[in-house]
Amino acid sequence: MEIIYGTWHWAISGLLIGLIMLLLIYFGKSFGMSSNLRTMCSMAGANKHCSFFDLDWKEQKWSLAIVVGAILGGFVAYHFLQNGTEVAINPTTIKNLAAMNIDAPNGKLVPDALFSIETMMTFKGFSILLLGGLLIGFGSRYAGGCTSGHAISGMSNLQLPSLIAVIGFFIGGLIMAHLILPLLF
Amino acid sequence: MKLFRFLIVGFIFGIVLTKAEAVSWYRIYEMFMFQSFHMYGIIMVAIATGVIGIQIIKRKKMNDFKGNPIMIVDKDRGFARYMIGGIFFGLGWGLVGCCPGPIFILLGTGIYAIGLVLIGALLGTYIYGMLKDILPH
Repeated sequence: MEIIYGTWHWAISGLLIGLIMLLLIYFGKSFGMSSNLRTMCSMAGANKHCSFFDLDWKEQKWSLAIVVGAILGGFVAYHFLQNGTEVAINPTTIKNLAAMNIDAPNGKLVPDALFSIETMMTFKGFSILLLGGLLIGFGSRYAGGCTSGHAISGMSNLQLPSLIAVIGFFIGGLIMAHLILPLLF
Repeated sequence: MKLFRFLIVGFIFGIVLTKAEAVSWYRIYEMFMFQSFHMYGIIMVAIATGVIGIQIIKRKKMNDFKGNPIMIVDKDRGFARYMIGGIFFGLGWGLVGCCPGPIFILLGTGIYAIGLVLIGALLGTYIYGMLKDILPH
């Protein structure tokens, strides 16, 4: 049971993610999560004054169904498929984090230093979460896709634009992890 | 029932990403610090699986479940939008450790603060929509 309740091996996880993408192709769709953000903006009324959001969101219902499924999947995995040994990251990483006063995982998926409700209520904590979201939403739409649309779908189809986007993802991520995070924490 | 199959795909996606810990801020940080192979392994195996699958689909000219030929649309050519947009995205990914899929999945795991990241992501998408015509692409 360890194989289900513990951390899933990268090879099995990667294989399943690849198969999910292929299954969506077989269903006549393409794998991409960030386009749901655009759909949600349209549903909230952004289509009334901005042509970019002028789309028929009912045609995106299949994708919103994936979102609902993903939320349920997260709930089930977290509540029924855990054994407390999760997120066994590199001890060196834990030391780096401790130097920034970021708590170690100890089975948690995300640090309290960023995601606890108390942190969210502080000006700094609130700003970080909102800014992170802004960058993700703005950047993924600007680049025309996120990790699922470019890194997985696009690279699988050997698309040069997706390779450029993924290089951009890593430039941004490396700058953040190595240069900006140490200034923030 | 048409939507049910997508609900199931999303459900499996949510379980896989949670159990693979690809939704974990820690795993993303560890990846960008080059201190673990875990995330790289996941991404590379997913791409390898995808490349093989898509090559089979193309060479055998396979049909989708409705019997229509499978068409995979190529991405538009370009450089600026992919590089600049990608860097913006990467900065966000490195900061809050999640991309759009995991934002939703983490809501399901009960990390409610992620709701604020979602609001930010919706605002960011909206800002892009408003600025689209004046940004270099």
